[in-house]
Amino acid sequence: MAVTGQVVEGGFGDPVFASQSVFRAVMDAMARPGTVQAIATDAMPPAPLNAAAAAVVLALADSDTPLWLDAELAKSEAVRGWLAFHTGAPLAGTPSDAVFALAANPAAVPPLTGFALGTQEYPDRSTTLIVQVESLTGGPVLTLTGPGIETTQAIAPRPLPGHFEVQWREINGLYPRGLDLILAAPDAVICLPRTARIGNEEL
Amino acid sequence: MTIGTDDGLATYNFAYLDEQTKRMIRRAILKGIAIPGYQVPFASREMPMPYGWGTGGVQVTASIIGPDDVLKVIDQGADDTTNAVSIRAFFAKVADVETTTETAKASIIQTRHRIPEEKLKDGQILVYQVPIPEPLRFLEPRETETRKMHALAEYGLMHVKLYEDIAKNGHIATTYAYPVKVEDRYVMDPSPTPKFDNPKMHMSDALQLFGAGREKRIYAVPPHTKVVSLDFEDYPFEIQTFEEPCAMCGAQGVYLDEVILDDRGGRMFVCSDTDYCEKRREDGHRGHLAGDAMEAAE
Repeated sequence: MAVTGQVVEGGFGDPVFASQSVFRAVMDAMARPGTVQAIATDAMPPAPLNAAAAAVVLALADSDTPLWLDAELAKSEAVRGWLAFHTGAPLAGTPSDAVFALAANPAAVPPLTGFALGTQEYPDRSTTLIVQVESLTGGPVLTLTGPGIETTQAIAPRPLPGHFEVQWREINGLYPRGLDLILAAPDAVICLPRTARIGNEEL
Repeated sequence: MTIGTDDGLATYNFAYLDEQTKRMIRRAILKGIAIPGYQVPFASREMPMPYGWGTGGVQVTASIIGPDDVLKVIDQGADDTTNAVSIRAFFAKVADVETTTETAKASIIQTRHRIPEEKLKDGQILVYQVPIPEPLRFLEPRETETRKMHALAEYGLMHVKLYEDIAKNGHIATTYAYPVKVEDRYVMDPSPTPKFDNPKMHMSDALQLFGAGREKRIYAVPPHTKVVSLDFEDYPFEIQTFEEPCAMCGAQGVYLDEVILDDRGGRMFVCSDTDYCEKRREDGHRGHLAGDAMEAAE
């Protein structure tokens, strides 16, 4: 592949501090599921990758973390080139090989149980799925409970993967196995660790 | 960012660790938060201090700290002991961050074996230095077996240990590193904090991160998470109580250290949390051995 400006440019201007601040936002989001954490970043990825999703990948992925891309991202040579140049992450052939998975089209996310879910002995060996969404508000309201949430936390991201509530309950049922979800609007993220439960069902 | 170039010292990356190491530790921290109480293996690095001096906590702090953070470090509650002073100086040098001894002013508090008396707030992060992260290790030395026990949530052995305590001593004699169950799933070592501090971990407003450098494990307890000390219905969990208040500030209901005063049995009990004790004395509280109180008595 030819190295073009589109591949090389648009990374973190200051990788050390940008990675740290993006990580802290994601850590806060993961520790307080459902809260909206702003991602202020100078990362300018090629479309259809959005800035927040790209910043999370830049901050956390590297040559040790196979990265899975959905069809919409994988078909863009610019996206593949940009991620390869800035992270060095190898592409995962299947969702179940992915440490990080990145989806630009929520409607086309494969079944969540198809990603790496870890093992009962090593539940940490599981995918962190990053799904780009249009907005973190304005969608159907979901009520979250679980660790990190004092009482309940309402979220309304849109759009979400198909049959999301049913799929997420299935993930909850596998605990401690499971996957962890980052919903990325262009300027902010919401995290759903596997412990987050939708609705006020019995923990 | 380069630090120390103008005074001829070695130039380190921000917060000492290289970026690839930080990413690896950050990924482990995120999985730890997502699976509360589960020990995530990580590739612990050699640090410029020996194992046992808090290399796990230091690596966690180095991976989360940013230029806007304010760092407090305590060792057994004290800000002014060797371990705390060294680690605070380390981060002041390699990360150029502001440090403090005041609990309320800190955004990150690294601790060896205590939780501050002052209630931690939303947004604060408590980083524990952990020597032996596996609560079952002294009961079952094989990692393969303890891993299976965690996988199956098979914690009968721990209850047998607590039962044997009762059979031998008439009560649960474990006073520190008292095992807890996190969110009804994982049994976790709270690090060798006195059991006095266990209730503070339960539904804390702060995020709690644990780093074990030699044993290469990171684990976490998110805010507002259930942390329950193991016990029996007829032998419920109890914390230590002290007969007398702090001799310096008169505080009650806090954890006290015993200080030997002479070779004739003289002793005093003072707050283990030095910042808490100083604050109280500034506010005019006096214990029976505080300077002013003694002068008044004379």
